[in-house]
Amino acid sequence: MKKFAYYPGCSLEKMAQSYHLSAVETARMLGVELKELDDWNCCGATAYFHVDELLAHTLCARNLAMAEAEGMDLVAPCSGCYKNMHACNAHLKKDRDLAEHVNFALEEDNLHFAGKIKVRHLIEVFAEDLAAVKAKATNPLTGLKVAPYYGCQILRPRKFEHENVEEPQYFEDLLGALGATPVDFRLKLRCCGAALIITNREAALSMVRNLLQNAVDSGADVIATACPLCQVNLECYQDQVNAQFGTNFSVPVFYFTQLMGLAMGIPTKQLGVGTEFVAPPPAMLAACRKTAVV
Amino acid sequence: MATTVTFSREIANLLHAAGGEPVSSCMQCGTCSGTCPVSDFMDVRPQRLIRMIDAGLKDQVMATRSFWYCASCYQCTVRCPRGIDIAELMYGLKRYTIWKKQYPEDLIGPAFSETFVKNIVRTGRSYEPVLATSYFFTLGLKEMLQEAQGATMLMLKGRLPVLPARIKRLENFKRMIKRIIPIGDE
Repeated sequence: MKKFAYYPGCSLEKMAQSYHLSAVETARMLGVELKELDDWNCCGATAYFHVDELLAHTLCARNLAMAEAEGMDLVAPCSGCYKNMHACNAHLKKDRDLAEHVNFALEEDNLHFAGKIKVRHLIEVFAEDLAAVKAKATNPLTGLKVAPYYGCQILRPRKFEHENVEEPQYFEDLLGALGATPVDFRLKLRCCGAALIITNREAALSMVRNLLQNAVDSGADVIATACPLCQVNLECYQDQVNAQFGTNFSVPVFYFTQLMGLAMGIPTKQLGVGTEFVAPPPAMLAACRKTAVV
Repeated sequence: MATTVTFSREIANLLHAAGGEPVSSCMQCGTCSGTCPVSDFMDVRPQRLIRMIDAGLKDQVMATRSFWYCASCYQCTVRCPRGIDIAELMYGLKRYTIWKKQYPEDLIGPAFSETFVKNIVRTGRSYEPVLATSYFFTLGLKEMLQEAQGATMLMLKGRLPVLPARIKRLENFKRMIKRIIPIGDE
């Protein structure tokens, strides 16, 4: 059985609790153990890196060192947390001087970074075993057209690892394994505006609008995300987009884990369905009703 | 003899871990500006900004808002044919202006970042309602109402935390931070 140190991150505690619930339930169904990292701290988001780089890496390294002590790879469902921790892990492994500085600080919490683990995004863990997903998808999402929204930090800035960060396909493959139909979503790697929704709303609303328009144009019933910030920006700010641009968007935005859970017949309540602003589309509701019967 | 530290060197010094190629290797191809999803909202686009840094136009660079509008999507970084880590460079510029306390007053980014950092130092975790105080009163009346409406909706859906979370080994955590920069005991 696969076992990981699970790092939920601050957003999943409340704002994106449906992501947390559905991640845990889906993992259980797939026989993947997500053991929540005890006493994890905030990854620093983007804000810490605006202030001090060394401090930002120390924050991330505390989590990495705790996962190391447990001997498990770390899994993060939030793309922001994932990117910070992944980059920190790579930098500290490469730069002994930096690691030494950070380890000096970590002594205060009796921790030590040695660079022995990997950092993974939750979607990668699920997408690498499609056969297992397919086998559990007993309530397939037939007829549901989904826009796979990768966003940014799930892939970038990892170009130096010789990965295909420009034309990834694993999100589409994962949706296909659920019986859903992934649509050709051209802006799937385009940024949602992230924290600009606070610090430059004009820019962020325009970015969200472009994504929503492209999702609608590509025929999607629903957008699937793998990041709490993307979810909030795309869903919770639709009213503001409509007010700003005179549009009439009403696009449902769900976490990929919620779609996975549905396809596996997990009751909707356990997946946090019902806490969204925009209700599920008809094709998804049909699957929701079936979970109630199962 | 004293060595003069150029502006581009000062910025590079703030990119200890991230690194990438120096701005002097830029060949002005414009891929960064073309690929940036925010460049339409920037007063100076990345391609030009890089040239300005390389030319040592410190005052002009410091007066721009561009780098505070970077959303950290790293599209420029992965596409730069010269290997300049442009998104990290934007972080470096943000740090520079925060350290110097020199940025256009109407920017929300710096205050938001500093509130965020203070909040984490106190509890070890992020807490949205406190963050809201850093920008709420900068909004116009219409935006304030929209924001309040959104927050109410989140609350009704059970998506806003009532109490801030805090980590268990907070004292260790604060001492850990103090070993890096002197803000741990705030």
